[in-house]
Amino acid sequence: MTAPTLAPQVEISAPPSGGPALTQPRARLAAGGRVALSLLLPLALAIGWELAVRTGFAQGRLMPPPSQIGATLYALAASGDLWLHVQATLVRVALGFAFGATAGIAVGALTGTLPLARHLLDPTLQALRAVPSLAWVPLFILWLGILETPKVTLIAVGVFFPVYIGVAGAIASVDRKLVEVGRIFRLSKTALARRILLPAILPATLVALRTGLGLGFLFVVAAELMGASEGLGYLLVDGQQFSKADQILAAIIAFACLGKLADALLVALTRPLTRWQDTARETL
Amino acid sequence: MLTIEGLSKTYADGTRALDGIDLSVPQAEIVALIGGSGCGKTTLLRLVAGLDRASAGRIQLDGEGIASPHPGVGLVFQEPRLLPWLSVADNVGFGLAELPKAERAARVSHALERVGLSEHAGRWPRELSGGQQQRVSIARAFVANPRVLLLDEPFSALDAFTRKDLHGHLLALWEEVRPTILIVTHDVGEAVALADRAVVMRPKPGRLDDTIPLPLPRPRNPTSAQTEAATRKILAALDKSLRPKQSVSDIAEPQNANWW
Ligand SMILES: Nc1ncnc2c1ncn2[C@@H]1O[C@H](COP(=O)(O)OP(=O)(O)O)[C@@H](O)[C@H]1O
Ligand SMILES: [Mg+2]
Repeated sequence: MTAPTLAPQVEISAPPSGGPALTQPRARLAAGGRVALSLLLPLALAIGWELAVRTGFAQGRLMPPPSQIGATLYALAASGDLWLHVQATLVRVALGFAFGATAGIAVGALTGTLPLARHLLDPTLQALRAVPSLAWVPLFILWLGILETPKVTLIAVGVFFPVYIGVAGAIASVDRKLVEVGRIFRLSKTALARRILLPAILPATLVALRTGLGLGFLFVVAAELMGASEGLGYLLVDGQQFSKADQILAAIIAFACLGKLADALLVALTRPLTRWQDTARETL
Repeated sequence: MLTIEGLSKTYADGTRALDGIDLSVPQAEIVALIGGSGCGKTTLLRLVAGLDRASAGRIQLDGEGIASPHPGVGLVFQEPRLLPWLSVADNVGFGLAELPKAERAARVSHALERVGLSEHAGRWPRELSGGQQQRVSIARAFVANPRVLLLDEPFSALDAFTRKDLHGHLLALWEEVRPTILIVTHDVGEAVALADRAVVMRPKPGRLDDTIPLPLPRPRNPTSAQTEAATRKILAALDKSLRPKQSVSDIAEPQNANWW
């Protein structure tokens, strides 16, 4: 009855069969129309700029036309450089996210469940959170050198706080009424955590992870701007130093695509766990 | 047999929610607890369910003391309190995790059939109406075969039609395993429709005030002369319970005790 493959230790029912009537032709048509409408403005701007440069109305030096950006992107991809930089950036984000999110979940669970841990840790963490994360950069470089470690650390710090706040908050706001349902059926402490606490905090935790991932991409740029020999951030710095606006824009587009893809992947992977929520929140 | 002796509960803030409750309920009897709000009905049920600790007195089920949730005691809360991440069927089977899968499934589907929700087994709680959700929560309590079932104003948020329908479902389930039922209500009609005995409570501190036996045959006709007489009796008792008690000691003591 419960979904064994998707959620081995979390107890969540599989989506009911006979899916919702959302994807009817009409609804799909309306959705298609909305997508087309949302693309209208960027497309018009791109085409307009392209024409303006081609006809000589504007110079494309500082703001290259789309065709040139596309050509740069293609050249980078064809030479294999793009993949190299994307890989370097992705590895940093993945490592930083893994460390930051794991620590955030662990510490959040600790302060959320144990009052002693909360009184001990939370005030300090809240104070540290008030420090803008980028302010740590000089210290991290001093302590950890300029290679990968300070970069991953900075990303991990950026990811940690939203995840920590999200998890601790989710545990604090678990409905006491549902916990009592568990008590009535005499669940043990661990069963209570597994069968009530965990599913109850899951949605908020996933939202926190998404926020964390977004910040991970924010901080990887900062980390790579502070000195790197590869990565999309390096492409940005390099483009600035040699006035290659097309390369900067190509890197920005690559960042946008990567961030969006990573977020979509996270949502897709965790969707089965939050199927039970109101559809209004699924469109989030 | 459920026996409650000298049960008192004083909350941490000094509120005396219950004071010296004595009540015994033989197996399979249905008792309706009636009283205005704040007279300790919820407190009483929570103590019997083992969710809270009594300040004094004791509760026994067939001679066994109850101080924490007991497998023989089930509770239906005022709100359905379904787990939103479980399907209707999994909610009903929530308390049966220990049973083998096949037996659990059989008991769940039987209970769902009993409350008329078989075709909704695979749906999410949020897709059900309030009345249907409350039926699921009653099925969840029944499926564990409790000896004592406690219901805290389970139908108070529902319209009269739905309520009447649910009375039928509740009695059908009761006929099957015949548990002792303690149902809190502020609806006199509900007490007369369901109970073998109505117990009227009075507030500040919460006490049992009066007991009205309801020896009417089932199924009950809401418009018969017997039902109407019983309704009037309970209303009169309720009325009396809401007026301050003018006992001899009350009059004698407060004003004059310190005259010297
Ligand atoms: N957790 C609590 N802490 C302090 N006082 C409470 C608590 N729960 C209930 N009370 C008080 O105890 C009295 C009885 O409450 P309750 O049992 O909920 O009454 P009823 O269910 O009959 O309306 C009320 O005066 C209420 O304010
Ligand atoms: Mg109440």
